[in-house]
Amino acid sequence: MSKTAVEKIFSEKSGTDSRAGDYVVANIDYVMANDITAPIAIDAFNDLGMSAKSDKIIIIPDHFIPPKDINSAKQYKKSKDFALDNGTWFYDIGSGGVCHQVMMEKGFAAPGRLIAGADSHTNTYGALSAISTGIGSTEAGVIFATGKMWFKIPETIKINLKGKPSKGVEGKDIILYILSIIKNGGAAYKCMEFSGDIKYIDINERMTMANMTTEAGAKCSFFDTDEKTIEYLKQRNTGEYKIVKSDDNADFEQTIEINMAEIEPSVAVPNSPDNVRHVSEIHERIDQAYIGSCTNGRIEDIRKAASILKGRKVDRRVRLMVVPASQEVYNQALREGLINTIVESGGYFSGTTCGACLGGYMGVLGPDEVCISSTNRNFIGRMGDKTSKVYLANPSIVAASAILGRIGTPEEI
Amino acid sequence: MMEEISGRAIILGDNVDTDQIIPAKYLNTSEPDKLAPHFMENEYPDLAGSIQKGDIIVAGKNFGSGSSREHAVITIKGLGISCIIAESFARIFFRNAINTGIPVIEAKVSANSLEKITVDFRNSRIFCGGKEVEFKEYPEFLKNIIESNGLINYVRSGKW
Repeated sequence: MSKTAVEKIFSEKSGTDSRAGDYVVANIDYVMANDITAPIAIDAFNDLGMSAKSDKIIIIPDHFIPPKDINSAKQYKKSKDFALDNGTWFYDIGSGGVCHQVMMEKGFAAPGRLIAGADSHTNTYGALSAISTGIGSTEAGVIFATGKMWFKIPETIKINLKGKPSKGVEGKDIILYILSIIKNGGAAYKCMEFSGDIKYIDINERMTMANMTTEAGAKCSFFDTDEKTIEYLKQRNTGEYKIVKSDDNADFEQTIEINMAEIEPSVAVPNSPDNVRHVSEIHERIDQAYIGSCTNGRIEDIRKAASILKGRKVDRRVRLMVVPASQEVYNQALREGLINTIVESGGYFSGTTCGACLGGYMGVLGPDEVCISSTNRNFIGRMGDKTSKVYLANPSIVAASAILGRIGTPEEI
Repeated sequence: MMEEISGRAIILGDNVDTDQIIPAKYLNTSEPDKLAPHFMENEYPDLAGSIQKGDIIVAGKNFGSGSSREHAVITIKGLGISCIIAESFARIFFRNAINTGIPVIEAKVSANSLEKITVDFRNSRIFCGGKEVEFKEYPEFLKNIIESNGLINYVRSGKW
Protein backbone atom coordinates (compact mmCIF):
# COMPACT_ATOMS: atom_id res chain seq x y z
CA MET A 1 0.00 0.00 0.00
CA SER A 2 1.23 3.48 -0.82
CA LYS A 3 2.09 5.87 2.00
CA THR A 4 3.08 9.45 2.63
CA ALA A 5 6.60 10.19 3.89
CA VAL A 6 5.30 10.98 7.37
CA GLU A 7 3.33 7.71 7.49
CA LYS A 8 6.47 5.81 6.48
CA ILE A 9 8.67 7.46 9.10
CA PHE A 10 6.16 7.03 11.96
CA SER A 11 5.57 3.40 10.91
CA GLU A 12 9.28 2.67 11.02
CA LYS A 13 9.86 4.46 14.32
CA SER A 14 6.93 2.72 15.99
CA GLY A 15 7.50 -0.73 14.46
CA THR A 16 3.94 -0.74 13.10
CA ASP A 17 2.21 -0.53 9.74
CA SER A 18 0.32 2.65 10.48
CA ARG A 19 -1.56 5.38 8.66
CA ALA A 20 -2.66 8.94 9.25
CA GLY A 21 -5.06 9.05 12.19
CA ASP A 22 -3.48 6.11 14.03
CA TYR A 23 -2.01 6.60 17.50
CA VAL A 24 1.49 5.18 17.92
CA VAL A 25 4.27 5.20 20.48
CA ALA A 26 7.41 6.00 18.49
CA ASN A 27 11.13 5.89 19.18
CA ILE A 28 12.61 9.36 19.05
CA ASP A 29 16.03 9.90 17.45
CA TYR A 30 16.68 13.17 19.28
CA VAL A 31 14.89 15.37 21.80
CA MET A 32 15.78 19.03 22.24
CA ALA A 33 14.88 21.53 24.97
CA ASN A 34 15.90 25.14 25.66
CA ASP A 35 16.32 27.24 28.80
CA ILE A 36 12.57 28.01 29.02
CA THR A 37 11.26 24.51 28.40
CA ALA A 38 14.03 22.34 29.87
CA PRO A 39 13.47 23.25 33.56
CA ILE A 40 9.87 21.95 33.51
CA ALA A 41 11.02 18.89 31.51
CA ILE A 42 13.71 18.18 34.11
CA ASP A 43 11.07 18.21 36.88
CA ALA A 44 8.98 15.70 34.89
CA PHE A 45 12.08 13.58 34.25
CA ASN A 46 12.99 13.63 37.96
CA ASP A 47 9.41 12.58 38.83
CA LEU A 48 9.91 9.42 36.81
CA GLY A 49 13.07 8.50 38.70
CA MET A 50 14.68 6.86 35.66
CA SER A 51 18.10 7.32 34.07
CA ALA A 52 18.56 9.65 31.10
CA LYS A 53 18.86 8.58 27.45
CA SER A 54 21.81 10.93 27.29
CA ASP A 55 22.86 10.34 23.67
CA LYS A 56 19.42 11.46 22.44
CA ILE A 57 19.14 14.65 24.51
CA ILE A 58 20.25 18.09 23.33
CA ILE A 59 20.04 21.11 25.63
CA ILE A 60 20.41 24.52 23.97
CA PRO A 61 19.78 27.63 26.07
CA ASP A 62 18.63 30.49 23.83
CA HIS A 63 15.49 32.32 24.97
CA PHE A 64 16.86 34.46 27.82
CA ILE A 65 20.56 34.02 27.10
CA PRO A 66 22.79 35.52 28.39
CA PRO A 67 20.52 35.52 31.46
CA LYS A 68 18.68 38.82 31.78
CA ASP A 69 17.70 38.51 35.43
CA ILE A 70 18.08 36.22 38.43
CA ASN A 71 15.12 33.98 37.56
CA SER A 72 16.46 33.50 34.02
CA ALA A 73 19.86 32.68 35.49
CA LYS A 74 18.25 29.99 37.69
CA GLN A 75 16.50 28.43 34.68
CA TYR A 76 19.73 28.49 32.68
CA LYS A 77 21.70 26.93 35.52
CA LYS A 78 19.13 24.19 36.04
CA SER A 79 19.30 23.33 32.32
CA LYS A 80 23.09 23.40 32.24
CA ASP A 81 23.50 21.33 35.42
CA PHE A 82 21.12 18.70 34.07
CA ALA A 83 23.05 18.52 30.78
CA LEU A 84 26.46 18.27 32.45
CA ASP A 85 25.35 15.86 35.21
CA ASN A 86 23.75 13.50 32.69
CA GLY A 87 26.34 13.80 29.92
CA THR A 88 23.86 15.01 27.29
CA TRP A 89 24.66 17.16 24.26
CA PHE A 90 24.91 20.78 25.42
CA TYR A 91 25.51 23.94 23.41
CA ASP A 92 26.12 26.96 25.58
CA ILE A 93 26.41 30.56 24.54
CA GLY A 94 29.69 30.97 22.65
CA SER A 95 29.24 27.67 20.80
CA GLY A 96 25.50 27.35 20.32
CA GLY A 97 22.83 29.85 19.39
CA VAL A 98 19.13 29.67 18.64
CA CYS A 99 18.16 26.04 19.21
CA HIS A 100 16.76 25.20 15.76
CA GLN A 101 19.69 26.70 13.90
CA VAL A 102 22.09 24.69 16.09
CA MET A 103 20.11 21.47 15.49
CA MET A 104 20.57 21.96 11.74
CA GLU A 105 24.22 23.02 11.85
CA LYS A 106 25.41 20.29 14.20
CA GLY A 107 23.95 17.53 12.06
CA PHE A 108 21.11 16.34 14.30
CA ALA A 109 18.55 17.05 11.57
CA ALA A 110 18.78 14.60 8.66
CA PRO A 111 16.41 12.73 6.31
CA GLY A 112 14.13 10.08 7.80
CA ARG A 113 14.78 10.99 11.43
CA LEU A 114 12.07 11.62 14.02
CA ILE A 115 12.98 14.54 16.26
CA ALA A 116 10.95 16.11 19.05
CA GLY A 117 11.70 19.53 20.44
CA ALA A 118 10.25 21.44 23.35
CA ASP A 119 9.77 24.53 21.21
CA SER A 120 7.01 25.15 18.71
CA HIS A 121 9.36 25.93 15.80
CA THR A 122 10.89 22.45 15.86
CA ASN A 123 9.06 22.04 12.52
CA THR A 124 12.17 23.66 10.97
CA TYR A 125 14.05 20.37 10.41
CA GLY A 126 11.57 19.34 7.73
CA ALA A 127 13.82 21.47 5.51
CA LEU A 128 16.25 18.51 5.68
CA SER A 129 13.54 15.86 5.22
CA ALA A 130 13.30 14.96 8.92
CA ILE A 131 9.97 14.65 10.72
CA SER A 132 10.35 17.08 13.58
CA THR A 133 7.64 18.37 15.82
CA GLY A 134 7.13 20.71 18.74
CA ILE A 135 6.11 19.14 22.04
CA GLY A 136 5.54 20.28 25.60
CA SER A 137 7.97 20.08 28.48
CA THR A 138 6.37 17.17 30.32
CA GLU A 139 6.60 15.14 27.13
CA ALA A 140 10.24 16.15 26.68
CA GLY A 141 10.95 14.95 30.22
CA VAL A 142 9.35 11.60 29.42
CA ILE A 143 11.50 11.27 26.29
CA PHE A 144 14.60 12.11 28.36
CA ALA A 145 13.79 8.98 30.38
CA THR A 146 12.20 6.60 27.87
CA GLY A 147 13.31 7.76 24.40
CA LYS A 148 9.67 7.37 23.32
CA MET A 149 6.53 9.48 22.87
CA TRP A 150 2.92 9.08 21.74
CA PHE A 151 1.78 10.63 18.49
CA LYS A 152 -1.21 10.72 16.25
CA ILE A 153 0.12 10.27 12.72
CA PRO A 154 -0.82 13.41 10.77
CA GLU A 155 -2.49 13.68 7.40
CA THR A 156 -0.39 15.39 4.75
CA ILE A 157 -1.14 18.56 2.80
CA LYS A 158 0.98 18.35 -0.34
CA ILE A 159 2.20 21.71 -1.57
CA ASN A 160 3.32 21.40 -5.17
CA LEU A 161 5.66 24.31 -5.91
CA LYS A 162 5.90 25.21 -9.60
CA GLY A 163 7.97 27.78 -11.49
CA LYS A 164 10.85 29.98 -10.47
CA PRO A 165 10.56 32.75 -7.86
CA SER A 166 11.10 36.30 -9.19
CA LYS A 167 14.12 38.37 -8.18
CA GLY A 168 13.71 39.79 -4.67
CA VAL A 169 11.37 36.99 -3.61
CA GLU A 170 12.79 34.95 -0.73
CA GLY A 171 11.70 31.89 1.24
CA LYS A 172 9.92 34.24 3.66
CA ASP A 173 7.73 35.63 0.86
CA ILE A 174 6.87 32.12 -0.35
CA ILE A 175 5.78 30.92 3.09
CA LEU A 176 3.86 34.14 3.83
CA TYR A 177 2.01 33.63 0.53
CA ILE A 178 1.21 30.05 1.52
CA LEU A 179 0.08 31.19 5.01
CA SER A 180 -2.26 33.73 3.39
CA ILE A 181 -3.94 30.77 1.64
CA ILE A 182 -3.86 28.12 4.40
CA LYS A 183 -4.35 30.60 7.27
CA ASN A 184 -3.46 30.45 10.95
CA GLY A 185 -4.51 27.01 12.19
CA GLY A 186 -5.45 25.86 8.67
CA ALA A 187 -2.94 23.01 8.76
CA ALA A 188 -3.61 22.09 12.40
CA TYR A 189 -2.49 18.55 13.26
CA LYS A 190 -1.19 18.07 9.67
CA CYS A 191 2.13 17.70 7.87
CA MET A 192 2.90 20.31 5.20
CA GLU A 193 4.93 18.59 2.50
CA PHE A 194 6.79 20.63 -0.12
CA SER A 195 7.68 19.14 -3.48
CA GLY A 196 7.94 20.17 -7.14
CA ASP A 197 10.45 22.81 -8.24
CA ILE A 198 12.24 22.94 -4.88
CA LYS A 199 15.55 23.10 -6.80
CA TYR A 200 14.97 26.89 -6.94
CA ILE A 201 14.85 27.12 -3.16
CA ASP A 202 18.13 26.98 -1.20
CA ILE A 203 18.36 25.11 2.12
CA ASN A 204 18.38 28.32 4.16
CA GLU A 205 15.15 29.42 2.43
CA ARG A 206 13.65 25.98 3.04
CA MET A 207 14.45 26.39 6.75
CA THR A 208 12.52 29.69 6.79
CA MET A 209 9.54 28.02 5.12
CA ALA A 210 9.60 24.89 7.28
CA ASN A 211 9.96 27.10 10.38
CA MET A 212 6.77 29.01 9.63
CA THR A 213 4.61 25.97 8.91
CA THR A 214 4.13 26.26 12.68
CA GLU A 215 2.14 29.44 12.02
CA ALA A 216 -0.33 27.40 9.94
CA GLY A 217 -0.66 25.10 12.97
CA ALA A 218 1.15 22.22 11.22
CA LYS A 219 2.45 19.33 13.30
CA CYS A 220 5.50 19.04 11.06
CA SER A 221 6.84 19.91 7.64
CA PHE A 222 8.66 17.88 5.04
CA PHE A 223 10.76 18.84 2.02
CA ASP A 224 11.70 16.18 -0.50
CA THR A 225 15.39 15.26 -0.40
CA ASP A 226 17.40 16.51 -3.41
CA GLU A 227 20.98 17.40 -4.36
CA LYS A 228 20.87 20.56 -2.23
CA THR A 229 19.90 18.50 0.82
CA ILE A 230 22.73 16.04 0.24
CA GLU A 231 25.23 18.85 -0.34
CA TYR A 232 24.23 20.55 2.95
CA LEU A 233 24.52 17.26 4.86
CA LYS A 234 28.00 16.58 3.46
CA GLN A 235 29.24 19.69 5.25
CA ARG A 236 27.83 18.49 8.60
CA ASN A 237 28.61 15.59 10.87
CA THR A 238 25.29 13.85 10.43
CA GLY A 239 25.96 10.12 10.73
CA GLU A 240 23.63 7.63 9.07
CA TYR A 241 20.32 8.72 7.62
CA LYS A 242 17.63 7.30 5.35
CA ILE A 243 15.96 9.05 2.43
CA VAL A 244 12.18 8.68 2.49
CA LYS A 245 9.69 9.98 -0.06
CA SER A 246 5.89 9.99 -0.31
CA ASP A 247 4.53 7.57 -2.88
CA ASP A 248 2.97 9.39 -5.85
CA ASN A 249 -0.41 7.79 -5.20
CA ALA A 250 -0.29 8.26 -1.43
CA ASP A 251 -3.44 9.44 0.31
CA PHE A 252 -2.88 13.20 0.65
CA GLU A 253 -5.46 15.18 2.58
CA GLN A 254 -5.25 17.82 -0.15
CA THR A 255 -2.86 19.07 -2.80
CA ILE A 256 -2.22 22.78 -3.23
CA GLU A 257 -0.57 24.05 -6.42
CA ILE A 258 1.58 27.14 -5.96
CA ASN A 259 3.01 29.08 -8.90
CA MET A 260 6.14 30.61 -7.38
CA ALA A 261 6.49 33.05 -10.31
CA GLU A 262 3.32 34.81 -9.12
CA ILE A 263 4.64 35.50 -5.61
CA GLU A 264 5.77 39.06 -4.77
CA PRO A 265 7.71 40.57 -1.85
CA SER A 266 5.31 40.71 1.08
CA VAL A 267 4.73 41.77 4.67
CA ALA A 268 2.52 40.19 7.30
CA VAL A 269 0.72 43.02 9.08
CA PRO A 270 -0.38 42.90 12.74
CA ASN A 271 -1.58 40.81 14.46
CA SER A 272 -1.33 37.53 12.58
CA PRO A 273 1.32 35.99 10.29
CA ASP A 274 -1.40 35.09 7.77
CA ASN A 275 -2.44 38.74 7.41
CA VAL A 276 -0.31 39.23 4.29
CA ARG A 277 -0.09 42.32 2.04
CA HIS A 278 2.05 43.33 -0.90
CA VAL A 279 4.95 45.36 0.49
CA SER A 280 4.06 48.34 -1.74
CA GLU A 281 0.74 48.74 0.12
CA ILE A 282 2.42 49.47 3.46
CA HIS A 283 4.35 52.66 4.19
CA GLU A 284 4.23 52.80 7.97
CA ARG A 285 7.00 54.62 9.86
CA ILE A 286 9.07 52.30 12.03
CA ASP A 287 10.96 52.56 15.32
CA GLN A 288 12.84 49.27 15.14
CA ALA A 289 14.11 46.95 12.42
CA TYR A 290 14.99 43.45 13.65
CA ILE A 291 16.95 40.80 11.73
CA GLY A 292 17.44 37.51 13.53
CA SER A 293 15.72 34.42 15.00
CA CYS A 294 15.33 30.80 13.89
CA THR A 295 13.30 32.11 10.95
CA ASN A 296 15.76 34.51 9.32
CA GLY A 297 18.98 34.97 11.30
CA ARG A 298 21.24 32.90 9.06
CA ILE A 299 24.44 33.96 7.28
CA GLU A 300 22.58 34.32 3.97
CA ASP A 301 20.13 36.72 5.65
CA ILE A 302 22.92 38.77 7.16
CA ARG A 303 24.73 38.90 3.80
CA LYS A 304 21.60 40.25 2.14
CA ALA A 305 21.14 42.86 4.86
CA ALA A 306 24.79 43.92 4.71
CA SER A 307 24.70 44.30 0.92
CA ILE A 308 21.81 46.75 1.30
CA LEU A 309 23.31 48.63 4.27
CA LYS A 310 26.81 48.95 2.75
CA GLY A 311 27.80 52.60 2.47
CA ARG A 312 24.38 53.77 3.76
CA LYS A 313 23.08 55.00 7.11
CA VAL A 314 20.19 53.71 9.18
CA ASP A 315 17.47 56.38 9.59
CA ARG A 316 18.10 58.33 12.80
CA ARG A 317 14.75 57.42 14.36
CA VAL A 318 15.23 53.68 13.73
CA ARG A 319 16.96 51.15 15.99
CA LEU A 320 18.38 48.42 13.72
CA MET A 321 19.21 45.19 15.53
CA VAL A 322 20.96 42.27 13.86
CA VAL A 323 21.05 39.08 15.92
CA PRO A 324 22.86 36.10 14.36
CA ALA A 325 21.08 32.77 14.83
CA SER A 326 24.22 30.93 15.94
CA GLN A 327 27.85 31.33 16.88
CA GLU A 328 28.77 29.76 13.54
CA VAL A 329 26.76 32.48 11.76
CA TYR A 330 28.42 35.13 13.97
CA ASN A 331 31.93 33.84 13.20
CA GLN A 332 31.24 33.73 9.46
CA ALA A 333 29.81 37.27 9.51
CA LEU A 334 32.95 38.38 11.32
CA ARG A 335 35.23 36.72 8.73
CA GLU A 336 33.33 38.25 5.82
CA GLY A 337 33.39 41.76 7.27
CA LEU A 338 29.58 41.87 7.46
CA ILE A 339 29.60 42.98 11.09
CA ASN A 340 31.74 45.99 10.14
CA THR A 341 29.33 46.94 7.38
CA ILE A 342 26.34 46.71 9.70
CA VAL A 343 27.81 48.65 12.63
CA GLU A 344 29.21 51.35 10.29
CA SER A 345 25.70 51.86 8.95
CA GLY A 346 24.53 52.57 12.51
CA GLY A 347 23.10 49.12 13.25
CA TYR A 348 23.53 47.18 16.49
CA PHE A 349 25.03 43.69 16.11
CA SER A 350 24.59 41.37 19.08
CA GLY A 351 25.59 37.92 20.19
CA THR A 352 23.30 34.97 19.59
CA THR A 353 19.96 34.86 21.41
CA CYS A 354 16.21 34.67 20.78
CA GLY A 355 16.23 38.21 22.22
CA ALA A 356 13.27 40.36 21.24
CA CYS A 357 11.62 37.82 18.90
CA LEU A 358 9.42 36.76 21.79
CA GLY A 359 9.59 40.01 23.70
CA GLY A 360 12.13 38.45 26.03
CA TYR A 361 14.64 41.24 26.29
CA MET A 362 17.06 43.35 24.25
CA GLY A 363 14.91 45.18 21.72
CA VAL A 364 11.56 45.02 23.52
CA LEU A 365 9.05 47.54 22.12
CA GLY A 366 7.46 50.32 24.16
CA PRO A 367 3.90 51.68 23.80
CA ASP A 368 2.86 52.33 20.17
CA GLU A 369 6.31 51.47 18.80
CA VAL A 370 6.45 49.79 15.39
CA CYS A 371 8.94 47.12 14.35
CA ILE A 372 9.61 45.43 11.04
CA SER A 373 11.07 42.04 11.78
CA SER A 374 12.47 38.96 10.04
CA THR A 375 10.97 36.76 12.82
CA ASN A 376 7.91 34.50 12.69
CA ARG A 377 5.14 36.00 14.82
CA ASN A 378 3.38 39.34 15.12
CA PHE A 379 0.81 38.52 17.79
CA ILE A 380 -0.53 41.26 20.08
CA GLY A 381 2.22 42.26 22.50
CA ARG A 382 4.56 39.60 21.13
CA MET A 383 7.60 41.87 21.13
CA GLY A 384 6.69 44.13 24.02
CA ASP A 385 3.89 46.52 24.96
CA LYS A 386 0.38 45.46 23.93
CA THR A 387 0.02 48.64 21.83
CA SER A 388 3.24 48.01 19.87
CA LYS A 389 3.04 46.56 16.36
CA VAL A 390 5.19 44.01 14.53
CA TYR A 391 5.31 43.57 10.75
CA LEU A 392 7.00 40.44 9.37
CA ALA A 393 9.12 40.50 6.21
CA ASN A 394 12.22 39.07 4.58
CA PRO A 395 15.62 40.40 5.77
CA SER A 396 16.18 42.51 2.62
CA ILE A 397 12.94 44.42 3.23
CA VAL A 398 13.84 44.83 6.91
CA ALA A 399 17.29 46.26 6.02
CA ALA A 400 15.84 48.59 3.37
CA SER A 401 13.16 49.77 5.80
CA ALA A 402 15.85 50.58 8.40
CA ILE A 403 17.41 53.01 5.92
CA LEU A 404 14.11 54.45 4.70
CA GLY A 405 12.71 54.91 8.23
CA ARG A 406 9.48 53.32 6.99
CA ILE A 407 8.48 49.99 5.49
CA GLY A 408 9.85 49.76 1.94
CA THR A 409 11.94 47.73 -0.49
CA PRO A 410 15.61 47.72 -1.56
CA GLU A 411 14.53 49.21 -4.92
CA GLU A 412 13.34 52.36 -3.15
CA ILE A 413 16.75 53.23 -1.73
CA MET B 1 -11.54 10.55 35.37
CA MET B 2 -14.17 12.88 36.81
CA GLU B 3 -17.76 12.16 35.84
CA GLU B 4 -19.33 15.58 35.92
CA ILE B 5 -18.24 19.16 36.60
CA SER B 6 -20.03 22.48 36.73
CA GLY B 7 -18.62 25.98 36.63
CA ARG B 8 -19.09 29.54 35.42
CA ALA B 9 -18.28 30.28 31.76
CA ILE B 10 -15.27 32.47 31.02
CA ILE B 11 -15.80 33.51 27.40
CA LEU B 12 -12.84 34.01 25.04
CA GLY B 13 -12.70 34.33 21.25
CA ASP B 14 -10.93 32.71 18.29
CA ASN B 15 -7.15 32.27 17.92
CA VAL B 16 -6.29 32.94 21.57
CA ASP B 17 -2.53 32.40 21.43
CA THR B 18 -0.01 31.45 24.08
CA ASP B 19 1.53 34.95 24.08
CA GLN B 20 -1.88 36.24 25.14
CA ILE B 21 -2.44 33.48 27.71
CA ILE B 22 0.91 34.21 29.36
CA PRO B 23 3.16 36.95 27.90
CA ALA B 24 6.79 35.93 27.32
CA LYS B 25 8.19 38.29 29.92
CA TYR B 26 6.88 35.96 32.63
CA LEU B 27 8.58 32.85 31.24
CA ASN B 28 11.49 33.23 33.64
CA THR B 29 9.48 31.19 36.13
CA SER B 30 7.22 28.15 35.95
CA GLU B 31 5.53 28.51 39.35
CA PRO B 32 1.71 28.41 38.97
CA ASP B 33 1.12 31.06 41.66
CA LYS B 34 3.43 33.54 39.94
CA LEU B 35 2.05 32.89 36.43
CA ALA B 36 -1.70 32.78 37.15
CA PRO B 37 -2.21 36.52 37.94
CA HIS B 38 -0.95 37.42 34.44
CA PHE B 39 -3.46 35.31 32.49
CA MET B 40 -4.60 37.25 29.38
CA GLU B 41 -3.48 40.50 31.03
CA ASN B 42 -2.74 42.36 27.78
CA GLU B 43 -6.28 41.95 26.48
CA TYR B 44 -8.24 41.72 29.74
CA PRO B 45 -6.26 43.22 32.63
CA ASP B 46 -8.93 42.42 35.23
CA LEU B 47 -9.81 38.91 34.08
CA ALA B 48 -7.35 36.84 36.13
CA GLY B 49 -8.50 38.50 39.37
CA SER B 50 -12.14 37.71 38.65
CA ILE B 51 -11.70 33.99 37.96
CA GLN B 52 -12.92 31.58 40.62
CA LYS B 53 -11.79 28.05 41.20
CA GLY B 54 -13.84 25.68 39.04
CA ASP B 55 -14.59 28.18 36.25
CA ILE B 56 -14.71 26.81 32.69
CA ILE B 57 -13.08 28.50 29.70
CA VAL B 58 -15.29 28.61 26.60
CA ALA B 59 -13.38 29.68 23.49
CA GLY B 60 -13.60 29.64 19.70
CA LYS B 61 -11.30 28.21 17.08
CA ASN B 62 -7.59 27.40 17.40
CA PHE B 63 -7.27 27.94 21.17
CA GLY B 64 -3.67 27.91 22.42
CA SER B 65 -1.95 28.59 19.11
CA GLY B 66 1.66 29.69 19.04
CA SER B 67 4.29 28.56 21.48
CA SER B 68 4.92 25.12 22.99
CA ARG B 69 5.30 26.78 26.38
CA GLU B 70 3.71 24.56 29.01
CA HIS B 71 3.51 27.75 31.06
CA ALA B 72 0.20 28.42 29.26
CA VAL B 73 -1.36 25.28 30.74
CA ILE B 74 0.34 25.86 34.11
CA THR B 75 -1.16 29.38 34.20
CA ILE B 76 -4.66 28.06 33.51
CA LYS B 77 -4.27 25.28 36.07
CA GLY B 78 -2.90 27.84 38.53
CA LEU B 79 -6.17 29.79 38.24
CA GLY B 80 -8.13 26.68 39.17
CA ILE B 81 -9.90 26.41 35.78
CA SER B 82 -11.63 23.03 35.73
CA CYS B 83 -12.05 22.52 31.98
CA ILE B 84 -11.46 24.21 28.61
CA ILE B 85 -14.08 23.98 25.89
CA ALA B 86 -13.15 25.29 22.44
CA GLU B 87 -14.27 24.75 18.85
CA SER B 88 -10.72 23.62 18.09
CA PHE B 89 -7.34 23.61 19.80
CA ALA B 90 -3.79 24.23 18.65
CA ARG B 91 -1.91 20.96 18.59
CA ILE B 92 0.78 21.39 21.24
CA PHE B 93 -1.57 23.13 23.68
CA PHE B 94 -3.98 20.19 23.35
CA ARG B 95 -1.17 17.71 24.04
CA ASN B 96 0.10 19.73 27.00
CA ALA B 97 -3.37 19.82 28.52
CA ILE B 98 -3.93 16.06 28.09
CA ASN B 99 -0.46 15.22 29.35
CA THR B 100 -0.76 17.36 32.46
CA GLY B 101 -4.32 16.36 33.25
CA ILE B 102 -6.53 19.36 32.45
CA PRO B 103 -9.71 18.37 30.58
CA VAL B 104 -10.00 19.89 27.09
CA ILE B 105 -13.10 19.40 24.99
CA GLU B 106 -13.61 20.16 21.31
CA ALA B 107 -17.15 21.51 21.00
CA LYS B 108 -19.02 24.59 19.87
CA VAL B 109 -20.88 26.04 22.83
CA SER B 110 -22.65 29.39 22.99
CA ALA B 111 -22.75 30.65 26.54
CA ASN B 112 -23.07 34.02 28.21
CA SER B 113 -20.32 35.29 30.43
CA LEU B 114 -20.44 33.63 33.87
CA GLU B 115 -23.38 31.43 32.86
CA LYS B 116 -23.41 28.02 34.52
CA ILE B 117 -22.10 25.15 32.40
CA THR B 118 -22.19 21.47 33.24
CA VAL B 119 -20.00 18.90 31.53
CA ASP B 120 -21.09 15.28 31.73
CA PHE B 121 -17.95 13.35 30.79
CA ARG B 122 -19.58 9.94 31.09
CA ASN B 123 -22.15 10.73 28.39
CA SER B 124 -20.04 13.28 26.47
CA ARG B 125 -22.55 16.10 26.88
CA ILE B 126 -22.40 19.77 27.78
CA PHE B 127 -25.42 21.52 29.32
CA CYS B 128 -25.74 25.28 29.13
CA GLY B 129 -28.72 27.69 29.13
CA GLY B 130 -31.22 24.88 28.68
CA LYS B 131 -29.34 23.55 25.66
CA GLU B 132 -27.41 20.35 25.29
CA VAL B 133 -24.30 19.87 23.12
CA GLU B 134 -22.80 16.48 22.41
CA PHE B 135 -19.04 16.19 22.03
CA LYS B 136 -16.85 13.50 20.56
CA GLU B 137 -15.45 10.97 22.97
CA TYR B 138 -11.69 10.85 23.38
CA PRO B 139 -9.94 8.09 21.43
CA GLU B 140 -9.01 5.07 23.54
CA PHE B 141 -5.34 6.00 23.61
CA LEU B 142 -5.96 9.45 25.08
CA LYS B 143 -8.52 8.08 27.53
CA ASN B 144 -5.80 5.92 29.03
CA ILE B 145 -3.57 8.94 29.62
CA ILE B 146 -6.44 11.00 31.04
CA GLU B 147 -7.58 8.16 33.29
CA SER B 148 -4.02 7.81 34.59
CA ASN B 149 -4.26 11.54 35.47
CA GLY B 150 -1.52 12.63 33.10
CA LEU B 151 1.41 11.34 31.12
CA ILE B 152 3.86 10.85 33.99
CA ASN B 153 1.50 8.47 35.80
CA TYR B 154 0.70 6.72 32.54
CA VAL B 155 4.41 6.09 31.85
CA ARG B 156 4.90 4.94 35.46
CA SER B 157 2.09 2.43 34.99
CA GLY B 158 4.26 0.75 32.34
CA LYS B 159 1.43 0.59 29.80
CA TRP B 160 3.74 1.44 26.90
